Amino acid sequence: MPGEALEDLAEFIVENLQGVVLGSRFERDELVVDAKAEHIEKVLQFLRDNAECEFKVLIDICASDYPDRPERFEVVYNLLSLRQNNRIRVKISVEEDQIIPSVVKLFSTSGWFEREVWDMYGIPFADNPDLRRILTDYGFEGHPQRKDFPLTGYVELRYDNEYKRVAYEPVELTQDFRRFDFVSPWEAITDVQLPGDEKGAIPPHGWTAMSGSVSESDVPPDVEPDNDNQEPKEESKNAS
Amino acid sequence: MPLREKVDTPDIAIQEETQIKPYTMNFGPQHPAAHGVLRLVLEMEGEIVERADPHIGLLHRGTEKLIEHKTYTQATPYFDRLDYVAPMNQEHAFVMATENLLGITVPQRAQYIRVLFCELGRILNHILNITTFALDVGAITPALWGFEEREKGMEFYERVCGARLHANYFRVGGVAQDMPAGLAEDMFEWCEELPKFLSDLESLLTNNRIFKQRTVDIGVVTADEAQDWGFSGPMLRGSGLAWDLRKSQPYEVYDKMDFDIPIGKTGDCYARYLVRMAEMYESIKIMKQAIEEMPEGYVKANDYKVTPPPRAEMKNSMEALIHHFKLFTEGFHVPTGETYAAVEAPKGEFGVYLVSDGTNKPYRCRIRAPGFAHLQALDFMSKGHQLADTVSIIGSLDIVFGEIDR
Repeated sequence: MPGEALEDLAEFIVENLQGVVLGSRFERDELVVDAKAEHIEKVLQFLRDNAECEFKVLIDICASDYPDRPERFEVVYNLLSLRQNNRIRVKISVEEDQIIPSVVKLFSTSGWFEREVWDMYGIPFADNPDLRRILTDYGFEGHPQRKDFPLTGYVELRYDNEYKRVAYEPVELTQDFRRFDFVSPWEAITDVQLPGDEKGAIPPHGWTAMSGSVSESDVPPDVEPDNDNQEPKEESKNAS
Repeated sequence: MPLREKVDTPDIAIQEETQIKPYTMNFGPQHPAAHGVLRLVLEMEGEIVERADPHIGLLHRGTEKLIEHKTYTQATPYFDRLDYVAPMNQEHAFVMATENLLGITVPQRAQYIRVLFCELGRILNHILNITTFALDVGAITPALWGFEEREKGMEFYERVCGARLHANYFRVGGVAQDMPAGLAEDMFEWCEELPKFLSDLESLLTNNRIFKQRTVDIGVVTADEAQDWGFSGPMLRGSGLAWDLRKSQPYEVYDKMDFDIPIGKTGDCYARYLVRMAEMYESIKIMKQAIEEMPEGYVKANDYKVTPPPRAEMKNSMEALIHHFKLFTEGFHVPTGETYAAVEAPKGEFGVYLVSDGTNKPYRCRIRAPGFAHLQALDFMSKGHQLADTVSIIGSLDIVFGEIDR
């Protein structure tokens, strides 16, 4: 359960930033605020300077790629308030080739984080004074963290002894990266009880060999055996 | 030859056009004081640094992209390879994020083991940082002493998981296996002896005139600047901010531990050294408490859809064999959602922002490395300092390129 103070804070932020933020929600007790991309500066400035918020540390900026969405990218700002001991996550949705404002004037640390987002996803930040690539090679082409960029990349490099310099060549692999389909067609019918399905019930604690190595009295009280599940495990023992 | 006698230069009137451009100097990527593969392009005005432009990414391996293509179990070893000086602390952030998404709790004993080894990692990291920092500013003995003591700590890593560096010991739902018999006693003994070594180390550095000349008032960061530049860990505490995730947002069993947070007053390289030094004593305190209070019990969560069965069980039970096979081929499926989990790694806040789409692979795994933010601030910290001071600052930043370049 998110703390009451955090819920109040969420309400306070949404009230004060009407028209700029789209709403707030809790993801596993973590406060997430959705904002409009063009107003991100205003949102972060409010979160930083308002006495109720005081999110003075920008922990991280990152992006993620959802190719199926109309607004393909999501840029996530992670903020931390040392005084209030709170965290907040501000999210904006960005279309491909959409230019979004930089927050480098508000947080000096955003300079490199924005460079990395630009490098990895190709999201341009207006007014970032130094929007060069950061992690990839000099002269690299493409944005490697996009979902449509292959894991292997397009080029590989080696040292060419003849020309005495590094040479770039198209990737050639003797074996492709193996992708397996792990979404099992059987999973949908797990609710159907077939003979033997009860063996899948959660045992009192872990595997029987594990409980053999530890005497009963040593088990801490919070992992006290659950009586409901005791029986099926016994059966499975007999069956095997 | 005395320099004075050379004064024989003709009087040349220097016109405005002939003003010398700032000298651009390339520092690294193969430089012993660069702590790895840092390429630093320095613009110098004589001996004074005007601008420092770190070129990073020489160790970029695309960890985040690789993790998107691997199962959760296969992703943990990548975290050893980030900050390879304190591998288990990194794993910790990832397994915490995954556990958060799965909604499973870790047994008490596993939590104590995690805390124990995280603190061991912190000590190993700080020993390495302080001694190599001292090496950068001219003291060789601390490094020679420190590596011996560090080796003893690495042996505990080896004994618990079989590997000195790339542990892969923290697993989702607990730890890979219980500690072998006798390890806790040996670690306790080491904790008893370590303060002696640390005080020897301190006697070499803390009041050393040369060490102080090289570090005091170098790279001063105020509390506001530290927040603005996204500092965390000893960098933040060195500037006088009492902030430690182990205290303020306690995870595992840190809330049961009795320890203090040392903070620096001056925000310079010397203060950061003092903070790290004092932190090691606190870590020893935590390790001792963890060993003493560690309960008996299981080291894996009670969920055999996540944690693998023991080998002995697989010899008798078909169920166990199937689970083992499924867990190490397909892996476990994690419910849809997103979370951010952060730990107080030795270098600062190490966070993992994990997005799951319900399959057995993370949809997105963002790694927030503390060193990335710290290195960025090198430009403003070294501005106006001499070249030799930049070396001190790099030493006090505690950077490891595994985590910065990811």
